[in-house]
Amino acid sequence: MRVSLTVNGKLRESEVEPRLLLVHFLRDVLGLTGTNIGCDTSSCGACTVLIGGDSVKSCTMLAVQADGTEITTIEGLAGEALHPVQEAFRQNHGLQCGYCTPGMVMAAASLLAEQPHPSEEEVRAGLEGNLCRCTGYHNIVKSVLAAADMAPVPAPAVAS
Amino acid sequence: MIPSSFEYRRASSLAEAITMLGEGGDDAKLLAGGHSLLPLMKLRLASPTVLVDIGRLRELSYVRDGGDHLAVGALTRHADVHNSDVVGREVPLLAHVAGQIGDPQVRHRGTIGGSIAHGDPASDLPAVCLALRATLLLAGPSGERQVPAIEFFTGFLETALARDEVLTEIRFPKLGGARWSFQKFNVRAQDWAIVGVAAVRNGSAGVALVNMADRPVLATGVEAALAAGASPEEAAAHASDGLEPPSDVRASGEYRRHLATVLVRRALEEAGA
Repeated sequence: MRVSLTVNGKLRESEVEPRLLLVHFLRDVLGLTGTNIGCDTSSCGACTVLIGGDSVKSCTMLAVQADGTEITTIEGLAGEALHPVQEAFRQNHGLQCGYCTPGMVMAAASLLAEQPHPSEEEVRAGLEGNLCRCTGYHNIVKSVLAAADMAPVPAPAVAS
Repeated sequence: MIPSSFEYRRASSLAEAITMLGEGGDDAKLLAGGHSLLPLMKLRLASPTVLVDIGRLRELSYVRDGGDHLAVGALTRHADVHNSDVVGREVPLLAHVAGQIGDPQVRHRGTIGGSIAHGDPASDLPAVCLALRATLLLAGPSGERQVPAIEFFTGFLETALARDEVLTEIRFPKLGGARWSFQKFNVRAQDWAIVGVAAVRNGSAGVALVNMADRPVLATGVEAALAAGASPEEAAAHASDGLEPPSDVRASGEYRRHLATVLVRRALEEAGA
């Protein structure tokens, strides 16, 4: 089936098998390998991307379901400068091995778009769908709180 | 993990979805948000030959005030139910529970109808439907019918839905200030409840349980005890009357019985029973 979707502001069209998962479409068809596959069971959140600004686990969605949508992956989050969440992760060392980081950043961007000034507890609840196997949550939460203080977070970039 | 091959059909109206389901035969399944079905398909625990995608039927995503009840369209996403002002005001138990399902990513995609139609005894929303005595609207080739939630869940992942029927709407009686409680016990973030309890005190009491049987169930022993004037503690002792809770990797049936007694008591105390 032919799908046509906007990824990081660019229209992308492709013929896909209906069973192709969105994460495989992004990684294998478009070559956007910043979106990681962690658990592949809808649990870990490493594959989180934004669809219309909302965080979604791309391992739990078919590419055909995403037909016609606007998707932002980690590669498309930054504008001229890093997105505040990326900048805050950098400044606060919000990572250890880095594997969960793209998903954490995307989930945090979605969270801050919905709740611009969350409490620490709200950040932890808002990242419930993202697991860090290094257990590096402390600096991740610190980074998200710092991003909230940094600047008004723009609505996650969709088509520009 | 990659699902088995299937034929993908996208419905552009409810009527078309019903027709496609009929044409698809025994192995056709509806796809809404996909957050119950796709994980099963990836594990090959489900291998439908036809998927009828109803995810784009915007007309089934709504919350309407029906006077004494709220009507929620089956394709309303959990996040939208959770954030709805009118749900928060009129059926706060539902708004609260919609915010407890899975995690934010799951709530952005999963739909209320998909979760209920899946009929998973470990899901939170069926217990809310049972405790509140919600009514479900099902549409099929010969028209629409209403089924009380207490008759809807018929077995493990089985419901009263016929093969070519679509759950279109769920009607929740307004709480009208009645007190309620939802208790969910799990040991890890984003997990299903090991045991959960939805309780509402609205003249009579509605108490339903998560993960205490092969299907979502009412705590009929608790409801009967409360009707006879029992205290929360006395009523909670009947939490697993007539039930055979499952044993699995997370908990034994015996542990679930104990947990149900504790959680029902807490729920009834919070709901002011």
